[in-house]
Amino acid sequence: MTLPGARAGAWAAAARAAQRRRRVEGAGRSPRPVTRSQRAALYVHWPYCEKRCSYCNFNKYIPRGVDEAAMRSCLVTEAQTLLRLSGVQRVESVFFGGGTPSLASPHTVAAVLEAVAQTAHLPADSEVTLEVNPTSAPASRLAAFGAAGVNRLSIGLQSLDDTELQLLGRTHSARDALRTLAEARRLFPGRVSVDLMLGLPAQQVGPWLRQLEELLRRCDDHLSLYQLSLERGTALFTRVQRGALPTPDPERAAEMYQEGRALLREAGFRQYEVSNFARHGALSTHNWTYWQCGQYIGVGPGAHGRFVPQGAGGLAREARIQTLEPDNWMKEVKLFGHGTRKRVSLGELELLEEVLAMGLRTDVGITHQHWQQFEPQLTLRDVFGASEEVNRLLEQGLLLLDHRGLRCSWEGLAVLDSLLLTLLPRLQEAWQQKTPSPVPGG
Amino acid sequence: MSRFPVENIRNFSIIAHVDHGKSTLADRLLELTGTIDKTKNNKQVLDKLQVERERGITVKAQTASLFYNCEGKQYLLNLIDTPGHVDFSYEVSRSLSACQGVLLVVDANEGIQAQTVANFFLAFEAQLSVIPVINKIDLKNADPERVVKQIEKVFDIPSDECIKISAKLGTNVESVLQAVIERIPPYAGQVGYLIAGMKDVTEAQIGDTLYLHKQPVEPLPGFKSAKPMVFAGMYPVDQSEYNNLKSAIDKLTLNDSSVTVHRDSSLALGAGWRLGFLGLLHMEVFNQRLEQEYNASVILTTPTVPYKAVLSSAKLIKEYREKEITIINPAQFPDKSKVTEYLEPVVLGTIITPVEFTGKIMMLCQARRAVQKNMVFIDQNRVMLKYLLPLNEIVVDFYDSLKSLSSGYASFDYEDAGYQTAELVKMDILLNGNIVEELVTIVHKDKAQTVGKAICERLKDSLPRQLFEIAIQAAIGSKIIARETVKAYRKNVLAKCYGGDITRKMKLLKRQAEGKKKLRKIGNIEVPKDAFIKVLKTQTDK
Repeated sequence: MTLPGARAGAWAAAARAAQRRRRVEGAGRSPRPVTRSQRAALYVHWPYCEKRCSYCNFNKYIPRGVDEAAMRSCLVTEAQTLLRLSGVQRVESVFFGGGTPSLASPHTVAAVLEAVAQTAHLPADSEVTLEVNPTSAPASRLAAFGAAGVNRLSIGLQSLDDTELQLLGRTHSARDALRTLAEARRLFPGRVSVDLMLGLPAQQVGPWLRQLEELLRRCDDHLSLYQLSLERGTALFTRVQRGALPTPDPERAAEMYQEGRALLREAGFRQYEVSNFARHGALSTHNWTYWQCGQYIGVGPGAHGRFVPQGAGGLAREARIQTLEPDNWMKEVKLFGHGTRKRVSLGELELLEEVLAMGLRTDVGITHQHWQQFEPQLTLRDVFGASEEVNRLLEQGLLLLDHRGLRCSWEGLAVLDSLLLTLLPRLQEAWQQKTPSPVPGG
Repeated sequence: MSRFPVENIRNFSIIAHVDHGKSTLADRLLELTGTIDKTKNNKQVLDKLQVERERGITVKAQTASLFYNCEGKQYLLNLIDTPGHVDFSYEVSRSLSACQGVLLVVDANEGIQAQTVANFFLAFEAQLSVIPVINKIDLKNADPERVVKQIEKVFDIPSDECIKISAKLGTNVESVLQAVIERIPPYAGQVGYLIAGMKDVTEAQIGDTLYLHKQPVEPLPGFKSAKPMVFAGMYPVDQSEYNNLKSAIDKLTLNDSSVTVHRDSSLALGAGWRLGFLGLLHMEVFNQRLEQEYNASVILTTPTVPYKAVLSSAKLIKEYREKEITIINPAQFPDKSKVTEYLEPVVLGTIITPVEFTGKIMMLCQARRAVQKNMVFIDQNRVMLKYLLPLNEIVVDFYDSLKSLSSGYASFDYEDAGYQTAELVKMDILLNGNIVEELVTIVHKDKAQTVGKAICERLKDSLPRQLFEIAIQAAIGSKIIARETVKAYRKNVLAKCYGGDITRKMKLLKRQAEGKKKLRKIGNIEVPKDAFIKVLKTQTDK
């Protein structure tokens, strides 16, 4: 596909900017050790889509026309403002999500990355992921994104069955998706992830496993398996409720998941999180930040963040969300430099609860060292060792508590949310009973 | 009132089968006598209660005094409107004792029905004059002549005594008033009411004789207290509402003395009551009145009937102080080894049905362990069946089944027929081997499997999944008679949990953890409070 002159020019400019960035990095090459509060991952939300998938309840909009320049300018502004507010010195990963980020111009991606690199340190080898929708991503476009600084792709494949794709309201066919996958692998070898859904209405275990097997023949080193969740207000939910579609069978979905993960394990993939599988070390470092309760800054309409606003003198970690509606968000960014709708300070216990709930989603779970960073006084054994209920879970082989830390077993990971209903109250109890630290000067 | 000479007073009542038009007739009589304005659209004026207006039935007997001029004389007519439903026969008999005559209303199309017969005999036994009134002659299918013949045959009342009317249109209603004056004898006395200074609601007992201070009299012959046919547990939705509910029940039962009240308690539902009603409709109406008039919301548990046991164990006989005990709460059921025999209450049921439904109805009765006692043709179209039925077989949905089998044409009435020996058993419900106290049920040996299966199925639907399998069993002694399984969770984890999902997920988890604290533990199984309520509750399938 040939590009109009102006765009080609813009892309070339973006590529040059990215190159400059890489050269600067290459130069002064000995980063000082950076503490937790000086690091963050960056999430950028592109809210627009061509159409709404039948199952989607994300913050997304189908616009009549997008003022790309305005959007770009606001994303850049907000990124800079929030980086300064956070006092973060090093951005460890960037993730462009949405919506359909592959509908944005590579120029926008480049502009945001450049802004980040100017405000903080963005290492040359930091993971920069772009979510891709097969329809809107011909090879040349993918290359342009690469030139703009993207070095990892996540393809929303969802299914290899065209009927299912129609059911989901996707704009591509299975062939389109596989073609995009092949092209992505050429451009970003070892750095391509695909999403596959399971548990769709009327889906059977056998056919789904065959989809997975086919995908395994063609995929790169990272896969995400997502069980469909029917959300109220979506078209798919309505159809099921009306009886036009059968309710997905949770038993079958459970079987697909169990068989699927076993299959992936045999194929050499490491299930490093509930829904994420990687081989040859191709984990998503960006998502790893979420589960390790690292800091992350959310830029764009409806983006979420969790960081300490050190740059503004803050001491407590805050949960933030940016204004959802794009037009309103843009107004606020133009007026105030950022469109933060809500900020809530996280209490100590709240943070610990997140550490617990997120950490257990990974295969390594929560190591003793990791836990200590958040809770220096109580060890994992202090909290969970004496609980009868927890011991029962340990005996049942669903949880492990040993010299490494606390983690789920292979079986336990699949029922984590049930385990958490025992673990969270136990954590609350232990935390409330802990002796308060002595008052200074008292 | 006192200016009326006794011979110009008539006390009368209107009795009939349900929906034959007595309330409409009452409306017309009120209009005719100028008691209410004729220009207004009067419909069932005496049905004042919300529950009456909604269901289109009369529940409480209301009274009206009418003034009527006939041949130059002024008469005072005291009319008592009554319910037609079998459950409210107590109301009917109370009203009748204050009357000297009745208007027996019969639908010109439907003809004599079960309650027509029952009410006629109530009046007949009370030695009241009976004026037959054939109503709804305006309708297309009306056949008054046929009904006149029925009345002659069944009640032995000469055909020329029947008055044919249309209460709806007012046709010939004036003749009814004349008949009241001519055929119903006067009586020395009036019905009325007085205001008493009583403090506690329970001080006012129906049937008490009141006398002037310091002038004691012989008490009037009292009433037999009404025999409850159906029992149901009634519990407040939350224990904090116990007092409200207690006061509401006290007030409502003052008004309705045919409801019996016993304190009761359940492990699942806390402190409550076991109330006795004259029938299912009575119970439903009571519940509705509780909600509408007293704003009380209650949990109703499955109706049970009062079983009896003849004890053989000397120890138990001493403990209960009698040989034959009544078991109201299933948890009190004495073991077979300590009992000579068990007894269950039975009733004599009268069913009047068009001939074409006879077969289906006989099958229904057979399925309910009924024994046919009599079968008689009322006319060439209809048959009257008499069955001896165990009460517990009719307390849940018998009437509804009968109606739906017969497209609504069959009618049903029953009276207490004492007790009969029954092979009763106590059925336990177990969860992973642990007995659930709240769900113990007394059931006839032949029905144990059906009932057990139903309870297991309901439980299966209301128990949340756990990390292990739950075996639900219904057992009699050590024998398992029904079983359902709740499978263990194989997957229960949120698929996507990235930056934007964390807040929502944590909120959800914490809310679920809070909810878990309120769960009861039976063995290892976490059971929400409403799981048992769902099983015990009367199923509303209206």
